[in-house]
Amino acid sequence: MSDKMNEKKSESRGNTAMKLISRVIRYMLHYYKYLFLLVIVCILINAVTTVVGATFPQTLVDDYITPMLASGSRDFSGLAADLVRLACIMAVGVVAAFAYNRIMVNVSQGTMLHLRDDLFRRMESLPIKYFDTHAHGDIMSVYTNDVDTLRQLLSQSIPQIINSVITMAATLVTMIVLNPALTVISILTAVVMLLVTSNFSKLSGRYYIRQQIDLGAVDGFIEEMLDGQKVVKVFCHEEAAMKDFHEVNERLRNSTNKANRYANLLMPINANVGWISYALVAIVGAILGINGLAGVTIGTVVTFVGLNKSFTNPITQVSQQINFVVNAAAGAQRVFDLMDQEPEVDDGYVELVNAKEDENGNLTESPVRTDLWAWKHPHKAEGTVTYRKLEGGVVLDDVDFGYTDDKIVLHNISLYAEPGQKIAFVGATGAGKTTITNLINRFYDIADGKIRYDGININKIKKPDLRRSLGMVLQDTHLFTGTVMDNIRYGKLDATDEECIEAAKLANADGFIRRLPDGYNTMLTGDGANLSQGQRQLLAIARAAVADPPALILDEATSSIDTRTEKLVQAGMDALMKGRTTFVIAHRLSTVKNSDCIMVMEQGRIIERGTHDDLIAAKGKYYQLYTGNFAD
Amino acid sequence: MRKVLQQLKQYKRDTFLCIGLTALEVIMEILMPFVTAIIIDRGLEASNLPVVYRYGALMVGMAFLSLIFGALAGKNAASAASGLSANLREAIYANIQTFSFSNIDKFSVPGLVTRMTTDITNVQNAFMMVIRVAVRAPLNLIFSFAMCLIISPHLSGMFLIAVVFLVIVIGSIMVVTLKIFRQVFRRYDDLNASVQENVTAIRVVKAFVREDYENLKFSKASKMLYDLSVKAEGLLAFNNPAMMVAVYFCIISVSWLVAQFIVGGSLTTGDLTSLFSYIMSLLMSLMMLSMVVVMISMSMASIRRISEVLNEKADLTDPEDPVMTVADGSIDFNHVNFSYKHGSGKNSLSDIDLHIKSGETIGVIGGTGSGKSSLVNLICRLYDVDEGSVCVGGVDVRKYDTEVLRNQVSVVLQKNILFSGTILDNLRWGNPDATEEECIEACKAACADEFIDRMPQGYETRIERGGSNVSGGQKQRLCIARALLKKPKVLILDDSTSAVDTATDASIRAAFAKQIPGTTKIIIAQRVSSVEASDRILVLDDGRIDAFDTHENLLKSNVIYQEIYNSQLEGSGDFDQPA
Repeated sequence: MSDKMNEKKSESRGNTAMKLISRVIRYMLHYYKYLFLLVIVCILINAVTTVVGATFPQTLVDDYITPMLASGSRDFSGLAADLVRLACIMAVGVVAAFAYNRIMVNVSQGTMLHLRDDLFRRMESLPIKYFDTHAHGDIMSVYTNDVDTLRQLLSQSIPQIINSVITMAATLVTMIVLNPALTVISILTAVVMLLVTSNFSKLSGRYYIRQQIDLGAVDGFIEEMLDGQKVVKVFCHEEAAMKDFHEVNERLRNSTNKANRYANLLMPINANVGWISYALVAIVGAILGINGLAGVTIGTVVTFVGLNKSFTNPITQVSQQINFVVNAAAGAQRVFDLMDQEPEVDDGYVELVNAKEDENGNLTESPVRTDLWAWKHPHKAEGTVTYRKLEGGVVLDDVDFGYTDDKIVLHNISLYAEPGQKIAFVGATGAGKTTITNLINRFYDIADGKIRYDGININKIKKPDLRRSLGMVLQDTHLFTGTVMDNIRYGKLDATDEECIEAAKLANADGFIRRLPDGYNTMLTGDGANLSQGQRQLLAIARAAVADPPALILDEATSSIDTRTEKLVQAGMDALMKGRTTFVIAHRLSTVKNSDCIMVMEQGRIIERGTHDDLIAAKGKYYQLYTGNFAD
Repeated sequence: MRKVLQQLKQYKRDTFLCIGLTALEVIMEILMPFVTAIIIDRGLEASNLPVVYRYGALMVGMAFLSLIFGALAGKNAASAASGLSANLREAIYANIQTFSFSNIDKFSVPGLVTRMTTDITNVQNAFMMVIRVAVRAPLNLIFSFAMCLIISPHLSGMFLIAVVFLVIVIGSIMVVTLKIFRQVFRRYDDLNASVQENVTAIRVVKAFVREDYENLKFSKASKMLYDLSVKAEGLLAFNNPAMMVAVYFCIISVSWLVAQFIVGGSLTTGDLTSLFSYIMSLLMSLMMLSMVVVMISMSMASIRRISEVLNEKADLTDPEDPVMTVADGSIDFNHVNFSYKHGSGKNSLSDIDLHIKSGETIGVIGGTGSGKSSLVNLICRLYDVDEGSVCVGGVDVRKYDTEVLRNQVSVVLQKNILFSGTILDNLRWGNPDATEEECIEACKAACADEFIDRMPQGYETRIERGGSNVSGGQKQRLCIARALLKKPKVLILDDSTSAVDTATDASIRAAFAKQIPGTTKIIIAQRVSSVEASDRILVLDDGRIDAFDTHENLLKSNVIYQEIYNSQLEGSGDFDQPA
């Protein structure tokens, strides 16, 4: 009963593997239909010439050697002519072989290129939530490990398999033409080999899957333990850690061993079944030949043993590819998993455009860049378009939000920010400050309530336009490989060097940049690893400054900045905030003192709100925190 | 490479068995065409059925033998390769265990994980390929050539021409492509780096609406990789046709010459078929050899990365005749200089000279980067000093057995970590033999008992990986309890109560005073309230001692301390609690 279940399971797994592989092939065909057709034609030509080459010994023996031996003639001119003809056919075969090998390089590498590009494009379009819920290492391994398994499949396994199938078919036809009786033996052998191959690859496939699981376990163990390696050292826990590691490692060794053991059996079995078949054909051929049965001549037998070898060899070769195919199916699964992720939905239709204002205060769209931006709001019902000046007013109206549907982390958040106002959020880690700002730029979509930007529901605004109108300095600063200048220019791709330097000056970053070895041309690598946390923060501010957005979200860094740099960062932020609607997530109360409104947050709710003076007068939580006067 | 192969250890036997069995298998395979020649000549041509039966049976027998050899070789290859990779992982992991903190800082965790998974898998596959093929190919080559020589010395010249042609063509293709492949790998790394960058900085990309820009950037890098790969593999595409040219050359020339020899009577028809077989296997083995070369050179990068970790020597070692007991909890810093990068000239600590009596409670305060953590890390010898000395219980820490020292000097690290397992499991890291009562007692002192009690399974509650199911404050309290279980002579809290509310913080300190009065306690904190009750407070600034005195005196005389105190009074103190 359970055996049957298992069988069914492995069968369905086999089916999905086939489905995945055929999807890979369809993907390839989508880009390279004609080239691939050409490849198949070339393989066909090559296979035919191979068969011609393989049947030549018969011609040699039957048409020349045997008659010559019988007649004692020494006239080799006929043979010479035949050999020249053969050489020409073979030359065609060589050219065809080169052609398909060479074309296949373009096809497989090109498919990989498209695949990587598509993967990356899809990844860039995925919602933030995807990145929250998937380990970064996992996403990375799709590009490194999984795409690689497909390379093997495309560049080697597929041509190899096609070649083998065609060679087998061509050989089979020749064999049947030559002698149907002997062909039966070859076919029987082939069936045996196919059975062996499919059974053993199923067996090893099962262990390959277990190996991947065990590998994942080892991976997880190492990651957790090495993350805490310093704790391991402090508690002298090395030996215990070794012992635990030995266990998971041993499990992996075991499954790897078994998977490979069965895979390794394939080749010797198939190759030797091939030899046994050779012997059988020779024996049966000899019996038939000597007795003059079934039209068998010595030349036939000589050729047939050769043909038999070319008939069984492809099976051996294909069986060598099975592991790659199984592996590729596992890789393809993960590749397509990422590829099939739903991209961020964007139903917005309100666009951000450059605008001109005429003397009556009416806005019109401008094709050239102006300092004035406007929301272009088409009204489908009336078929009209209205323009509204971009000012940076933000309203949150009774917003609820949860990262998952069953756990709401923000409750009834309402706030009103006039253009140019400074709104501050304070509260403990996990109170939901960063989450609110992530809702405004629609990194996440709210569960309930409304957010309006300049009076427009942000769900109606195209996401790219919405985000372009909001500058962000994030808590964790991320920089990109490239020069300092490139990194600042990230905020506005067409910014001139002067604009970038201007922005750096505004952000207080100019000073330290000039002290770097190559100034603005200093290369940054590894997320700006050669800069201090404070310097990276300053660059991030400069990056936001050059974008010059009407509204800003500043998420201050919590730690790792020394007091002197902190003052610089603070000054940079202050300069940036001037004249813009700003949402500040603050950790130092001095930063927020001059805000137009301070929101004190606790566990996803705004518990107090007002100006600094209001809140001090209210003697609530803010007062306690500010004065450090905790009621014990 | 040698370093890697040394890890074969108990699997050496399997390796050699595999090689030996493969050799036997190859011999069987080589003899096969020889037997077929006999079948054809003496059996078929001579119409001698008994010969055909006899040698046919011999052939089947040999095939079975060869099958057994091959299967056993495959089994041993699998066991040797999987054993090698398991041993390598174990060796790397064991070596990491000997690493000091500065060794750990050098390698990133993802880097180590890749080395222990992807790189080792590469080496494992290459190794298996090599022991199976590297023997087979040369043996095949030599035997086949020898057999050709035996059958017809006249024809061997032809083979030599074919072999030389192949060696030259494939050899030069190899040399060029390997060079290109090295560039390909570098491009690959770049591409991966750019993916990594985008994955980690996805919020920046999205916030600035730079998806298209990044797509373009990636496409360019990806196209460059494509161009190089096509160049390399385009050259490799010559391999197969070159092989065919050689084979066809042999077939044609052999056909021509053999026809003449047979007619001339110096060769037989059977020789013809076996010659063809040997030609094939001769040239095939050349191809296999070239594949092995590619495999080895491709795994070379992985081998190098693995050796890097294996060769990394722990820079802290136990002395030869270590001191095994710690007398008391007194701590002395004698004019200590310390830097994380030796000789960089940038000292993290400069000229620290301070003396702490056993049982004292010391507060440490100072800005970020002032050297607080560095200072305490020297006490339990997580790093070694550059100059001067650190003594615990009157003995230089470098003279202790490290385990003894660390058991007596218990640190609660700033970045602390719980492991997956129950709460009790985690607590017993401090002392594997601790009874449940002892654990509960330690948790009471660390004010952890109250929340553990409220958990559904109490002390048996499972902690998820990285302690993700407990809050920051709870985690810190558990870590303190874990450190207390060591019953140390010196207890160091490196900013370990930052996520704990002030009241709890105070009651933890009160518990310390009551329960472990004899233990020297060093408390690093950001809040003045956490340290003001200490016997003495150390004020650090830029790696130097600015002051070392009581709260009252510091408040009167020390500028930095006053500044910190006032700022926290006035409310520019940290609103948020660092996680």
